[in-house]
Amino acid sequence: MTYSTLLIAVLIALGGAYLLGRNRARTLSSQGIKMHSLATHYGALVALWTTLPPLLILLLWALLEPRVIDLILTAQLPDSIRAGGEAEIRLALSKVYNLANDSDLMGQQGLLGPVAEHLQALQARVTLLRGGVIMSLLLLGGALTWRRIQPDLRARSEVEGIVRILLFASSAIAVLTTLGILASVLFESILFFQKVPVTEFLFGTSWSPQVALRADQSGSSGSFGAVPLFTGTLLISAIAMAIAVPVGLMAAIYLSEYATPRVRQLAKPALEVLAGIPTVVYGFFAALTVAPVIRGLGESMGLEVSSESALAAGLVMGIMIIPFVSSLSDDVINAVPQSLRDGSYGLGATRSETIRQVVIPAALPGIVGAVMLAVSRAIGETMIVAMAAGLAANLTANPLDSVTTVTVQIVTLLVGDQEFDSPKTLAAFALGLVLFVVTLALNYVALKIVQKYREQYD
Amino acid sequence: MTDSAMSTRAKVEKSMKKRRAAESRFRTYGLLSVLFGVLCLVVLFGNIFSKGFSAFSQTVLTTTIHLDTDYLGVTATSDPQELRNADYEGLIKQYLKDTYEPSGRRERRDLYGMVSVGAAWQLQDMVLENPSLLGQTIHINMTMDDDVDQWFKHDRGTANEALRFSEQQLVWLHDWVDSGALHGRFNTIFFTNGDSREPELAGIRGAITGTFLTLLVTFLLSFPIGVSAAIYLEEFAPKNRLTEIVEININNLAAVPSITFGLLGLAIFINIFGVSRSTPLVGGLVLTLMTLPTIIISGRAAIKAVPPSIREAALGLGASKMQVVFHHVLPLALPGMLTGTIIGMAQALGETAPLLMIGMIAFVVDVPGFINDPSTVLPVQIFLWSDSPERAFTERTSGAIMVLLGFLILMNTAAVMLRRRLERRW
Repeated sequence: MTYSTLLIAVLIALGGAYLLGRNRARTLSSQGIKMHSLATHYGALVALWTTLPPLLILLLWALLEPRVIDLILTAQLPDSIRAGGEAEIRLALSKVYNLANDSDLMGQQGLLGPVAEHLQALQARVTLLRGGVIMSLLLLGGALTWRRIQPDLRARSEVEGIVRILLFASSAIAVLTTLGILASVLFESILFFQKVPVTEFLFGTSWSPQVALRADQSGSSGSFGAVPLFTGTLLISAIAMAIAVPVGLMAAIYLSEYATPRVRQLAKPALEVLAGIPTVVYGFFAALTVAPVIRGLGESMGLEVSSESALAAGLVMGIMIIPFVSSLSDDVINAVPQSLRDGSYGLGATRSETIRQVVIPAALPGIVGAVMLAVSRAIGETMIVAMAAGLAANLTANPLDSVTTVTVQIVTLLVGDQEFDSPKTLAAFALGLVLFVVTLALNYVALKIVQKYREQYD
Repeated sequence: MTDSAMSTRAKVEKSMKKRRAAESRFRTYGLLSVLFGVLCLVVLFGNIFSKGFSAFSQTVLTTTIHLDTDYLGVTATSDPQELRNADYEGLIKQYLKDTYEPSGRRERRDLYGMVSVGAAWQLQDMVLENPSLLGQTIHINMTMDDDVDQWFKHDRGTANEALRFSEQQLVWLHDWVDSGALHGRFNTIFFTNGDSREPELAGIRGAITGTFLTLLVTFLLSFPIGVSAAIYLEEFAPKNRLTEIVEININNLAAVPSITFGLLGLAIFINIFGVSRSTPLVGGLVLTLMTLPTIIISGRAAIKAVPPSIREAALGLGASKMQVVFHHVLPLALPGMLTGTIIGMAQALGETAPLLMIGMIAFVVDVPGFINDPSTVLPVQIFLWSDSPERAFTERTSGAIMVLLGFLILMNTAAVMLRRRLERRW
């Protein structure tokens, strides 16, 4: 049976088991026996014990089955292929799968023909076995729990215990995600740093990850000095922040201190729409509209502007981040107590003087936190730079030049065909590690600052 | 005494003008900032709409063509396989040659090139649907090549038209327009086809189906998990170091760059767990992890908003802690949780970067049928098309963006409506 049929079977069993358990409990209590829990609890208990173990086994099965089959098949491949190393084995295996799954090809008996036939037989047997195991688990779990339904069975406590474990498991997924990200980038990065020294990666100034196809080709090593990527990322982020911080901050000040409720009601959602637009749309806008305009302007002033200038990407990224800065600063400005403003007015200060000399200093830690979150957002932004910034790793501070960023390189290195142990692919994970660590540190500090500040006036 | 008081007053009065100017300057900066933001929004939308509007119309040539049974070598009674294999492309070429009498090979090639390869498929579909048409003369709206399409929509009568077409081609084109044979109609192909290398045949149906399947997986996983996690953290978690770590973790995860989730998907789901690349299943898994923090955070806020008196009343009546949560708190918090979920799904809908890592960038022509078929999603389709040099693809990219924005507006409106309708003040 296929996975989807099995899942449907489990779902049907869920409903069936619930009804059976509940009815049995009802029958017992209608005979005048005092049950420990409500009938629905007995139903839920039977349903949980019927479906949870098969679901877990099914999940494990789905994870392990391809691996086990691969192992069995590898053992059967002709020696000539097995001697060829991992890449050749993988290629042969994928050929075997194609042969086995396509009846037209099956006629062409080659070296791999017997293996493919074996795979077909194996697949049929495995599917049968899987169905058998899951179905018997369903029946077994259901029958055993059904038999346990007795007046003194504490069904409610048991159900609640299981549900509590499930709830805990759900919240643990968030932690597992972080660990998963860390493990995936760390593991591949360690492999990468075995081939390329950490110092070269962090301090080298030349980036050209092209590794030659043949070992004897010239320039075959590729160079992995990531400094140009870091400076490129910083340049574009700096341009973005130069737009987003003043505009976002002033917009927040205007909306929270000056604007009439009506203007606020209209302008605030309008700005927030900017945050909801997918980044791929900004990327398209940057590459096809903003970049040509900037190029045209620059050329009319006699400047040489690259068609993939850092300015275009930075500018559009800045627009994207405006609502981010403005809504976060809005929150912290609103958290400054009115009494501080009133005190300032009482001393004769104008509104702008109050804002500049009282409100902003009081809200400063929160604003700094907001800006740091925005910086982390800018560093990690991918689509705008992937579409509007270039691929050339130039070490430059000229915003009219083309630069590349960490995220762009991750995308270029990982999109398309990859070999898993080439330094080129691994380099992407090393860049991912840098990105993750930097943004995590920024977020952590920023959230701490924002939190600490909020507590002060509450 | 009075002298110095007067002088202070005079000083203040003297400075008032400057201070007032500073005040109004400051205020103007603020107003300008807000206006700048709104202006960006207007320019962005205006730009996309003005470019994308024409993607919804398709240029066709209305003509009559004789389905010559001798030429095609099939009759109404032939079996479908033979009908499928008949040379419809040749028939169209024959028809064009006989009708417009091009002189020489070059002109012939120019003439054939103006009709899309899709026209032959149109003919094939019509015949397969109704074989009795064979031998008759039928009306057909032939899909034209993207160059003709762009000329009809944008370049007609401008200086640019000579760039792409020869003189003879322009004569034909103007004749067709004058006789009303060449005209635009609603672009159904854009909504019914998958991706294609030919701009005039490329559509978003594959991408939309892929998006739908991916979001379905995301929703089915992230909603129950997110709600459970929110319930646990808010109602059951003991206040200790571990819970604190989980909380900090979730807040941080919400701000981690989306691309790192793609790295996780590639390294763990694809390479370790062996989930197949490019499928809505793996896309949905990655987006689930990405949207979970949003759903958990909004879910917790919704649970927090339920007043403690409700819990206490239920507890007082003898409900267990679990019953309090599932019978009383959860139903009251659900609207808020749903709102958060819709916002999380809207984020997932627009997300591109992590999906590039897990191979959803493949060129997929077929419309995916299930969650383990290779597919792409709408934002990635936009990314792919935006890279194509043809002008017709730029137009389609903008069209696809309009569809994407339409979905997003729909979802966000639904979230706002839901919040308004179900929001309760205690």
